[in-house]
Amino acid sequence: MNYPIWLIPALPLLGFLLNGLASLLYGAAQAQKRGEEWRKAHPDEGHGHDHGSHEAAHGAHDSHDAHGHDHGHHDTGPMLPWALRLFHGVVGVGTVGLATVLSFGILVPYAKSVMSNVEGARPIVETLYHWIQVGGLSIDIAFRIDALSALMLSFVTFVGTLIHLYSVGYMQAEAGYGRFFAYLNLFMFSMLMLVLANNLPMLFIGWEGVGLCSYLLIGYYYDKDFAAAAGKKAFVTNRVGDFGMVLGIFGILALFGTTDFSFVDMARQQQMASGTPLGVYAVCALLFLGACGKSAQVPLYVWLPDAMAGPTPVSALIHAATMVTAGVYLVARCSAVFLLAPDALTLVAWVGAGTAILAASIGLAQNDIKKVLAYSTVSQLGYMFLACGVGAFAIGMFHVFTHAFFKACLFLGSGSVIHALHHEQDMRAMGGLAKKTPATHLTMLVSALAIAGIVPFAGFFSKDQILGSAFAGGHYILFAVGLVTAGMTAFYMFRLYRMTFSGTYRGTPEQESHIHESPLTMTVPLWILGAGSVLTGFLGLPEVFGKNLMVEFLSPSVGKMHAHEVSHATEYLLMAVSLAVAGAGIFLAFKWYTGQDAKFTPGAAPEDIIASPAAHAFFEKTGTLGKVVANKWNVDEGIEALVLSPFRKIGTFLWRGFDALFIDGLVNASAFMVELTGDLVRFFTTGNVRNYALTFVLGVLGFTLYIWMR
Amino acid sequence: MLDSITSLDLLGADILTTLLFLPSLGALLLLAVPAEAKQAIRAMGLLFSGATLLVSAKIALRFDPATPGISGFRVDYPWMESLGIRYQLGIDGFALSLVVLTTLLTFCVLLVAAGQDLQRFKGYVVSFLILETGMLGSLVALDTILFYVFWEVMLVPMYFIIGIWGGKRRIYAAMKFFLFTLVGSLLMFIAILFLAIQHQKTTGILSFSLLDWMNAAKSNAWALTPGMEALVFGAFALAFLVKVPLWPLHTWLPDAHVEAPTGGSVILAGVLLKLGTYGLMRFALPLFPNATMKFTPLIVGLALVGVVYGAWVAAAQKDMKKLVAYSSVSHLALVVLGIFAGNAEAAAGAIYQMIGHGLTTGLLFMLVGVLYDRRHTREMADYGGVARQVPVTTTLFVIATLGSIGLPGLNGFIGEFLILAGVFKVNVVWCAIAATGMILSAIYMLTLIQKVFWGPVTQPVNNGLTDINIWEFLGAMPLVAGIVILGVYPGPVLDLLKPSITFVLEAARLHP
Repeated sequence: MNYPIWLIPALPLLGFLLNGLASLLYGAAQAQKRGEEWRKAHPDEGHGHDHGSHEAAHGAHDSHDAHGHDHGHHDTGPMLPWALRLFHGVVGVGTVGLATVLSFGILVPYAKSVMSNVEGARPIVETLYHWIQVGGLSIDIAFRIDALSALMLSFVTFVGTLIHLYSVGYMQAEAGYGRFFAYLNLFMFSMLMLVLANNLPMLFIGWEGVGLCSYLLIGYYYDKDFAAAAGKKAFVTNRVGDFGMVLGIFGILALFGTTDFSFVDMARQQQMASGTPLGVYAVCALLFLGACGKSAQVPLYVWLPDAMAGPTPVSALIHAATMVTAGVYLVARCSAVFLLAPDALTLVAWVGAGTAILAASIGLAQNDIKKVLAYSTVSQLGYMFLACGVGAFAIGMFHVFTHAFFKACLFLGSGSVIHALHHEQDMRAMGGLAKKTPATHLTMLVSALAIAGIVPFAGFFSKDQILGSAFAGGHYILFAVGLVTAGMTAFYMFRLYRMTFSGTYRGTPEQESHIHESPLTMTVPLWILGAGSVLTGFLGLPEVFGKNLMVEFLSPSVGKMHAHEVSHATEYLLMAVSLAVAGAGIFLAFKWYTGQDAKFTPGAAPEDIIASPAAHAFFEKTGTLGKVVANKWNVDEGIEALVLSPFRKIGTFLWRGFDALFIDGLVNASAFMVELTGDLVRFFTTGNVRNYALTFVLGVLGFTLYIWMR
Repeated sequence: MLDSITSLDLLGADILTTLLFLPSLGALLLLAVPAEAKQAIRAMGLLFSGATLLVSAKIALRFDPATPGISGFRVDYPWMESLGIRYQLGIDGFALSLVVLTTLLTFCVLLVAAGQDLQRFKGYVVSFLILETGMLGSLVALDTILFYVFWEVMLVPMYFIIGIWGGKRRIYAAMKFFLFTLVGSLLMFIAILFLAIQHQKTTGILSFSLLDWMNAAKSNAWALTPGMEALVFGAFALAFLVKVPLWPLHTWLPDAHVEAPTGGSVILAGVLLKLGTYGLMRFALPLFPNATMKFTPLIVGLALVGVVYGAWVAAAQKDMKKLVAYSSVSHLALVVLGIFAGNAEAAAGAIYQMIGHGLTTGLLFMLVGVLYDRRHTREMADYGGVARQVPVTTTLFVIATLGSIGLPGLNGFIGEFLILAGVFKVNVVWCAIAATGMILSAIYMLTLIQKVFWGPVTQPVNNGLTDINIWEFLGAMPLVAGIVILGVYPGPVLDLLKPSITFVLEAARLHP
């Protein structure tokens, strides 16, 4: 069967339109009903004559620690009627599911053809229409499938469908059910545009589109201040990156004369229209700034932890598996250009490594289950950039791929836990869930082993090869940073595991009686993703074990630095070292978080009740440093003091000082001077338009006379 | 359907004349309608602005983009023959795009007005119809005196619209608007007279025709010395830059917007500001290529300041209309930058941004008006959490915002992207400074949305808000459609603009 590629993104777009319209109409009808009731109950407060006090608007901000709580059951309205719920579910899951089927219908034969003849692999390009054509710009709406976009397409659609399915169960009690699916569908559309784009500006449509959906979904609980603030923070931070991205796109245009991905081939053959080494470096750095925004790298990572304010399926899909990896995709896509600017690659590697260890360190001391996973995601994204930075782009993409499975599984698992505990996210109030939620427990254990890098789970293969590439390239410091990060990762993941699943439940017996395993629509996706966390690693076996299918598959579209070979013995040794470090992390987590704990009292100091005496002794020693780490290195406070606060103050000064006092002062002063010059001129300033018209006519007459008399 | 409009042609007049005077005819007829007959006034207003919209649509369909120069549907009659003043009209793709924007926005404003509770409704409708003639005349007039007459005609109804239907400080705002614009345009008038005399002195022909003047400018047949050219360019540029308004001439705009009624703000932001940038491209650049070159660094500098300054000050606002007004200062500064970058991408982007800004900002002011009509306050602090109660208004507002901040796929992106792409070719640093507007616009617009629409309901009275009504909705929908269509499929409009851009850039001796 033959069908055009554009159908793949078009289907979720259709889903968005249907779900969006239906939920808007229903929402508008509900709002009208509510409004009428309210006006009936408050006849004397007729709208339109209120000049109410302003104080109420202030001081309603939630306290800082309320951030990130994915509350359910909001007062935005009652649960939807079942027919409407069915409609939203069928449209939402159906369109995305169908898009997935269509994707694989193209992907599978394409992948086969690539694997049978890697050298001769040609991308499939399908042009829909000319989008922007002016002067030297010619930008098409055109879709491209090559090895790189095929890889992205495969997990975006596959994981995307599973998370849509999961949402049917997770979100069913929400009044905003239809709105949620509309946004989720719009996200799939945007992400598919991003992945399938054949040029940078079109990629940018998807790029900002996913940013918009991220904004809308983080702010899904829009009536909560922290959610609205987190959404805005995400969008604005991403815009800082996009500023670089847009300039980078212009830079590519200047270097190669096109924004089509054919510039990658030109870069590979070193055919530049123009450009100095500094120019190429600048272009790469600008594109990388864009990637830092989208993929939450230092210094633009601050939005991602706050993004946990969105519902958990959103965290899994957008803020772990797909959207946040777009930056890595961008760098991999432009790998040939980055290879022309080795300094830019060094920048990428160091930013990645720095982010990896910084975020991992914060993850060590978080108590909110989703925050741990959020910082873990930031850290893992850093790993992916580290891989790209040392020239192992294919390995970086491999980690993107495996991470999509185990991190989605971890997030959905945490969602299942939160669901079971009726929206409790604090791990100090958990414990002992292994027996009560067995499916969640087992799938989370598997994916935790995967992210910790234990053989033979997926993360082991991808992470180990990143470390191996760093080592082989002679980047020993980067290697060491990565290794330490791996140890931290293993520790905080099993800290999470122990606090959540081991020992006994720390809530009240009343709460305990309500704990339940999630419905099938939620556990089935967990099982499938759990299986993925075990199996996907085998697609990219290290060379010592045989052929690395992933690297071979990606070789037509991803650049590669001159390969540094290390001996097999060294390679085995490196594996052993990284396994030992991961094992040590897990061992420490088991030792410090024994699971034998007292009851949780809200507001208790972090770690007080959960950790073992040995751990307490360690916390004593770290003192202030530990507190700073737990408070995320005070980065948000620093940004507020150094950037945001001055920004606001200067804005107010320009307005009140410069505009109102200086410019208008000058204007008023000159008007005053004019007035002083007497009645003749005041004639103009009376505001009497008839006088003005008269002056005008007189002027024309005067001119006429002048012409005549000359 | 469209062809039957021909029967509306006044006494068999040509189509541009029909376009021009159809609204005025409506205004004239309305004078005979008693002020109490609101239904009839509403119907007349919609009928005439609607017919004008259809005439402009017909022009758009019939117009051949390949028409050279500004010669589409050319009309040329002597008016004041002994003075060399002619009734000379003509259109090109550039003017046409703004003509359609004007007729569309006027029609939408009157649709919205139909759902509003306005005092002295008849005067309101009449003012807008006269204003429409003024705006259209400024766009299609080729004789500079004729242009100047229409230019001043616009001023009067807008003065009344702000002064009569405005807010508390309406008189102050109307005066400020009037004086700022007046000072600029009087200087331009003097410059026009000077040029006509100079033209006659050197060529022997007394003419006010822009086309003649452009010929004279091509080889400097009118022998302007660099000093003279700089002075007349200055006079023209000042008139237009006040209208834009370019920093630091912008302080009249926030006051005018805040005090103007909804329709006034929509037209002010949607069309009047564009006439400033239109004038720059139509008159200032092609007539004075040398002075343009000389003044470019200065104007570019002011535009760069304007982009950042307008956005920065917008972020400090507490009043919704003031915020949107300052955002216009920023966006229009970007347009000016695009005009003076002097290449095809930037110029196309500048015109596209004029159209795009007309739609998005028009829609933003319309929706702020929806809220204002219900609560009689523009302070963001008086709202908060209204999304729950007015979901349709919220959705439309978010779309307008996304268009305004240049989300790719919507109209604002095309203009912004093209301007920046063109500026990048000229000067990377300028481009980087201008591109910060991307970040700043997201900050101020999303802050507005957060404060007004998201969060908990802080004032109980907002629980009783009613959503957008049918008239307001009908007035908003064409703008929403425009925002989406122009973003997804810009090809036809860009093709329409290309010949005009080449024409302007060649005349200004800039290389397209």
